[in-house]
Amino acid sequence: MGNVFVLTEHRQGVLREISLEMLTKAAAVAGKTGGEVVAVLLGSGVDAFAGKVAGYCDRVLYMDDPLFTDYNSEKYQKALAALLKEYKPEIFMIGHTTQGVDLAPALAVELKLPFISDVIDINVVDGKLKPVRQYYQGKVNANFSFKGEPPYLVTFREATLEVGEAVKNGGIEKIPSLLQEDVAYRRFIEYVEAEVGDVDITQSEILVAVGRGVKEDKNMPLIEGLAAVMKADICGSRAAIDAGWLSHDRQVGTSGKTVKPKLYIAIGVSGAFQHLAGMKGAKTIVAINKDPDAPIFSVADYGIVDDLFKVVPKLTEKLKELKS
Amino acid sequence: MNIFVCVKRVPDTSEAIVKVDSSGRGVDSSKFSFDINESDNYAVEEAMLIKEAKGGNVRVVCAGTQDADVMIRMALAKGGNSAIRIDDPRINVIDPLQVAKVLAAAIKGKEFDLVLTGCMANDDGNMAVGVALAEELGVPHAAMVKKVEVETGMVKVYRELEGGLSEVVEMELPAVITIQTGINEPRYAPIRGIREAQKKELAVVKLEDLGLAPEAVGEGASLITLENFYIPKVESKAEILEGEPDQKAVTLAEKLVKGGLL
Repeated sequence: MGNVFVLTEHRQGVLREISLEMLTKAAAVAGKTGGEVVAVLLGSGVDAFAGKVAGYCDRVLYMDDPLFTDYNSEKYQKALAALLKEYKPEIFMIGHTTQGVDLAPALAVELKLPFISDVIDINVVDGKLKPVRQYYQGKVNANFSFKGEPPYLVTFREATLEVGEAVKNGGIEKIPSLLQEDVAYRRFIEYVEAEVGDVDITQSEILVAVGRGVKEDKNMPLIEGLAAVMKADICGSRAAIDAGWLSHDRQVGTSGKTVKPKLYIAIGVSGAFQHLAGMKGAKTIVAINKDPDAPIFSVADYGIVDDLFKVVPKLTEKLKELKS
Repeated sequence: MNIFVCVKRVPDTSEAIVKVDSSGRGVDSSKFSFDINESDNYAVEEAMLIKEAKGGNVRVVCAGTQDADVMIRMALAKGGNSAIRIDDPRINVIDPLQVAKVLAAAIKGKEFDLVLTGCMANDDGNMAVGVALAEELGVPHAAMVKKVEVETGMVKVYRELEGGLSEVVEMELPAVITIQTGINEPRYAPIRGIREAQKKELAVVKLEDLGLAPEAVGEGASLITLENFYIPKVESKAEILEGEPDQKAVTLAEKLVKGGLL
């Protein structure tokens, strides 16, 4: 009873970090429910991943089937629905990733599972699971509970915790593929790599990042002036890329690049979790934003709560003076 | 092509102060400004682009109160043919699976090739309604799509994955696609369109009109319970610089240069 199942996520021969993050959280939850931590792995010839996740769980259930070479929501949904019916875990954790959000809601509807999306923590109170999720881009948290019978289903947010030590040694059980036939309605065609731009921001030592607060394309010269004085490259949040101020290769965050510069100055960036995941490894972070509650301040070393259009010109001017 | 596009009215809280209300399970929204959800706006534009290229009609679907009508009329002004608004306070909007069930009831039984919706609502961030809706309708889906190519009886989509990678997927129609922001450039509604939109059909329906039993919705029908909202403690180690804007800028410049960061 009380078993915590985790879907192992991998792509193009790489085990994704969310898998180990979820197993770390699963171990904490199972420690309170008294259940086992079980990693579920669908793939083809991915024994190395089974070995890796075994260090974080009590059991690995591994379906080795060429039909699982590349992720396909339809195949995953069929196999996982059959698995959940057979093994009846207390809770099944799927990453709140581009894979998980494409899969979990449909699985929940099919099996009528109690489902909570984008969970950032799971508390256990009197033996009951109480997931926590956020509203209004991180400004409000909510405690949730489940009704009805398990299995319960959550998608779990990336980069919310540090991966623990690989202290377990779970047995690897190859189980028969629960996918009875190839699927008919949705086909995986190929992966398309991102276009390479003129600057590789993952190599930049100093980055000036722009977000929605910059408001308009015509304000970009202000930022370019600051970046020139700082000898910085310019990057941006999703909002800046969607608005067309910067090319896609300049996007920082889960759907763009992960950067670790020495200095990161976020200007008018609110700090959605997808953005924070891509830049919180920077050595020194400065945030300039007029909203004191903006999540960007949670990762900043220095913060200025003010109108960027008042601060940036003076900052540029002063830096010019100090550096001359 | 018969296209449905599902839209939601959401508050812009990016620079707003959010406070939990006296119920402990809601927020004080009296000072918020509302508009169409960002990715839904891109979904509306994508629906118009497909209609313009392939012909057909676009129907707008929304679960919401009368306040949503301005936003719905805007989508009609851009080229939508008609709209259905499900106006029923019994819907437990906190539960994305229930919202999906209600939207599905409004679409089921009508002919459709594509259902488009935004991939994420900016207020609750669930990213769940579109994919759940596909399962309710019994059709394939693809989430977080940045490019759509409609072919005969099929659709090819580019899903935006992590790290700038895209996944190309083909599906048989009908299908549900959740649209990622940045896929297109949403247009402004033309003046003539705004005038015409006032005359287009906007049907307001209740659950019973959709054949949904009262016990199929509401908090009692949900398998999850929102217990309470709370404002998270922000664990910030940031040194917040004080003074007038100029002073703050000077302090920061000095810290950066003297601290050897530049």
